Amino acid sequence: MDDLYREIIIERYKEPHYRGELDPHDITFEDENPLCGDHIRIDLRVDEQGNITEAGFSGHGCAISQASADLLLESIIGKSLEQVKGLGKQDILDLLGIELGPVRLKCALLSLKVLKAGVYGMGEASDALVED
Amino acid sequence: MISNTFNPTEFARILQDFPILNREVHPGVPLVYLDSAATSQKPVSVIQTMDEYYRQNNANIHRGIHVLAEEATAQYEGARVKVCRFINARSEREIIFARNTTEAINLVAYSWARANLKAGDLVILTEMEHHSNLVPWQILAAEREIRLEFIPVMDDGNLDLDVYRQLLTQEPRLVSFMHMSNVLGTINPAKEIIRLAHSAGALALVDGAQSVPHFKVDVQDLDADFMAFSAHKMLGPTGIGVLYGKESILDAMPPFLGGGDMIKKVMLRSFSANSLPHKFEAGTPAIAEGIGLGAAVDYLTQIGMDRIAAYEHELTSYAMDRLAEVNGLTVIGPQAAQRGGVTAFTLAEIHPHDVSQLLDRDGLAVRAGHHCAMPLHQRFNLPATTRASFYLYNSRADIDRLVSALERVKELFG
Repeated sequence: MDDLYREIIIERYKEPHYRGELDPHDITFEDENPLCGDHIRIDLRVDEQGNITEAGFSGHGCAISQASADLLLESIIGKSLEQVKGLGKQDILDLLGIELGPVRLKCALLSLKVLKAGVYGMGEASDALVED
Repeated sequence: MISNTFNPTEFARILQDFPILNREVHPGVPLVYLDSAATSQKPVSVIQTMDEYYRQNNANIHRGIHVLAEEATAQYEGARVKVCRFINARSEREIIFARNTTEAINLVAYSWARANLKAGDLVILTEMEHHSNLVPWQILAAEREIRLEFIPVMDDGNLDLDVYRQLLTQEPRLVSFMHMSNVLGTINPAKEIIRLAHSAGALALVDGAQSVPHFKVDVQDLDADFMAFSAHKMLGPTGIGVLYGKESILDAMPPFLGGGDMIKKVMLRSFSANSLPHKFEAGTPAIAEGIGLGAAVDYLTQIGMDRIAAYEHELTSYAMDRLAEVNGLTVIGPQAAQRGGVTAFTLAEIHPHDVSQLLDRDGLAVRAGHHCAMPLHQRFNLPATTRASFYLYNSRADIDRLVSALERVKELFG
């Protein structure tokens, strides 16, 4: 139909691989997009070397935000927290394989913002976390 | 048949008045604009009036003693007279130009309420309010310990007036409510709400942002103490709105913003305020926009507000019938007979952002989100809705295109 709703996005939206809360977890963070009310929580388990072994997301949102959360978590399994700190906007766009306008970009980047705020142990997620 | 109200020739002429409706939004995909509750499109007459003002008359108003200043002042004040007649105010001194509905409500909250309300006083609002009629009162409540109570919204999208009557026994000072909901489409019984407020000794503020553009609103018939509305939702430009207030009440209120034009005399340590309406209009106003609002009023008046309302009612009834045919689609709010041209809906479990993004691919401009009414969405347990809203330039064909596009969205999400 069109690029924005590529098959992989619809697939991951309908049947996400990383949906669910992890209990117990080593890192958790949640936040929302005030424009549309999308809400995402991300839980991580991390081994002694600081590598991510398991990840799960919960909450609600549009297909773009949910699919990007799912693809993002898939991409960070086995990566170190330091590597996660280095992720940016372009990494999400590469995962989704699409271009996005400014409004939908916020949907796509919400999960990265939540993830990085959790990894940095911040009290509040900031837009600066997802700028390249 | 296109409509009982506009014949095909007349409707074609209306369409020609709005050049933006002729554009394509994607190659080969013409625009269908269904977002007038957010902002309306502008007719050529409004665009040309503002263009002509800048080409021929541009000057600052009220002070200059030269031809341009006099022309600009005459046009700007002429627009005020047009607005006064449009809502049947008694005098143009009752027409305060503000930036928009939001600023007009804030003016009342900052000027009238801070001069008149004390700790423990009650302001009654409703659960369906736009943030612009919630947050100014929340700020005031936090600052002055004002109490806020809310008329509940019933499942059918109407206000629970029985609860309202009970709240009135607590001697409220102000009842502030929207005339028509920007989400549910509900047209509230404003005259009755105001009558009851007055009988309880309260003043009444009407948020007319969605009503004034769409049907005849008569402030004297309503007996409203204040009414706020925006030009940009009634075919006029952004940047200008109106606060109507009864002259005796406005007269007794302290100024809002201080600066030029709102003063009679200024000393180093004191000032005396200008007369109405200028007392509330500090600084150089949006002159071209005010004049543009006057042109919008002319356009609406020429077609006739009663005919516009009748046409939109036909269109809304048609839309409600067609939307009901879409499986999994739920429109929130009352039946067509009780609503204006706004339909907010959910489509199965598909997120409204996805719905509106996909509709955009088919050229349809609708809105997704909470439409600045988060508490109302919480009331209905919905994070967001998709909203299609109508104005005089929409047609049944637009609604048919909406319904076909919604069917395609459902196919994609299967």
